[in-house]
Amino acid sequence: MDKNDFSAYVYADNAATTRLSDTALEAMLPYMTAYYGNPSSIYSFSHESRKALSAARSDVAAVLNADPSEIIFTSGGTESDNHAVVGAARANVAKGKHLITSTIEHHALLHTMKQLEKEGYSVTYVPVDGEGTVDVEALKAAVRPDTTVISIMMANNEVGTIQPIAEIGAFAKSKGILFHTDAVQAVGHIPVDVKELNVDMLSLSGHKFHGPKGVGALYLRKGVRILPLMQGGGQERGRRSGTENVAGAVGLAAALKEAASQMETEAARLKALVARLDEGILKIPYTKKTGHPTNRLPGLASYTVEFIEGESMILHLDIRGIAASTGSACSTGSLDPSHVLMAMGLTHEVAHGSLRLSLGKYSTDADVDKILAELPEVVALLRRMSPVWPGLE
Amino acid sequence: MYTEKVMDHFMNPRNVGTIEDANGVGQVGNLKCGDIMKIFLKIENDVIVDVKFQTFGCAAAVATSSMATELIKGKTVQEALQLTNRAVVEALDDLPPMKMHCSVLAEEAVKSALADYYQRQGLDPIPIVGCTGNCDACHSDHAHDHGRSDEEE
Repeated sequence: MDKNDFSAYVYADNAATTRLSDTALEAMLPYMTAYYGNPSSIYSFSHESRKALSAARSDVAAVLNADPSEIIFTSGGTESDNHAVVGAARANVAKGKHLITSTIEHHALLHTMKQLEKEGYSVTYVPVDGEGTVDVEALKAAVRPDTTVISIMMANNEVGTIQPIAEIGAFAKSKGILFHTDAVQAVGHIPVDVKELNVDMLSLSGHKFHGPKGVGALYLRKGVRILPLMQGGGQERGRRSGTENVAGAVGLAAALKEAASQMETEAARLKALVARLDEGILKIPYTKKTGHPTNRLPGLASYTVEFIEGESMILHLDIRGIAASTGSACSTGSLDPSHVLMAMGLTHEVAHGSLRLSLGKYSTDADVDKILAELPEVVALLRRMSPVWPGLE
Repeated sequence: MYTEKVMDHFMNPRNVGTIEDANGVGQVGNLKCGDIMKIFLKIENDVIVDVKFQTFGCAAAVATSSMATELIKGKTVQEALQLTNRAVVEALDDLPPMKMHCSVLAEEAVKSALADYYQRQGLDPIPIVGCTGNCDACHSDHAHDHGRSDEEE
């Protein structure tokens, strides 16, 4: 294969990022060339960009069952998470400095919590069970009089487990504690209704549902006051300064509308593809599926493959034209494998052999065929050279 | 991220396998750390006439094992004792900083197999081979314990 020819490449890493949808691209183009005006300017040339931004906000709000005034456009999931947690923690120091999150959050959340700990906040990290579901009883027990913010992700990016957000949200509400959810992996893939979920804040990111990179949003419930992270020209009603990414917001909204309108059929299609992956992959000896068996993202399939190491598996798959991902230490750039798999109680040796295949809008049956043809060969090849493989095939 | 040489030795590793009648076998690393290397030596008249390896680990672990076996094949035991992790890294046209420990592990795997060879001869390997690094600690500590790769890490 020509190393720059990806026409036959199987992209099975949609939880990392996705291809921009054609609809989103078309929607964006005019706002980069014809209507490039700054939405804050008062002359007529800027009306179009201001109108587009406002329409994008309304579209996003409609999908989430929110009010347009509750949507703040950001640079992506990381900024939304930072803004929500840091902004809410700082706005409520008079009440206390205790925060609650889980052990399986994305680093955008965990590293933010670590930073707040350095600034004098205390954080409780609630554990998960073996399927990656947050222990709600432990969460309830962790609440103190000085608890100000709870942040629990809606769906996990490594194993796909969907969390009991509505239940936690109702509890947080009853205790008068602000509740944030990082819904970056969920939005566009499973139904997300901010009112049903009882959330005060919700993060989403455009490029996880076939929108553009570099743009996201934060839902901030009316009446909730948090401090801004960005100081400047007072855009986004003073909540997020910086000239708005008009084309980005338009693309995000177009992709989200499209994803929402196709969600039911697309989820069924992806589940069928994942079922085929499961059937084929779990035939390989010493493989297991990770995460919750049913309460999970439709397109995300995660496994452990014992006696081999993840990075080797990913690079061999890449050479054979397949993009996948792993939580092995060698890929995380540290000596420990994925914190998510460790939190779920997997041993180091098993976690080193983790494999995540995440399918999306452009994934096909032929992609699954190719994965099922190549993966068993890669596993066999690596096991043959593994000193720990007992040779039980 | 990896040089062409590393990718070549990863995709087409040299000397993979086991030797039935090996007279020096060494294994280093552990599963918890995510890499294990096992080296088999067939030594005749102080010359390494055959060498094979098995590795569980990332691309760098496979490539450094492969290169280490190439560097000692056909060499005398004394020459093999001089193998350094740096020589392995140079032969591979470099490794990313995060992966330097793999080269340390490769050197240790060779030394561990040589130590086993001496032991089988009834000789105490420690004065000849020194520490083989096979101390069941994660490789992050190896650089500090065994000195040699401090610079690279």
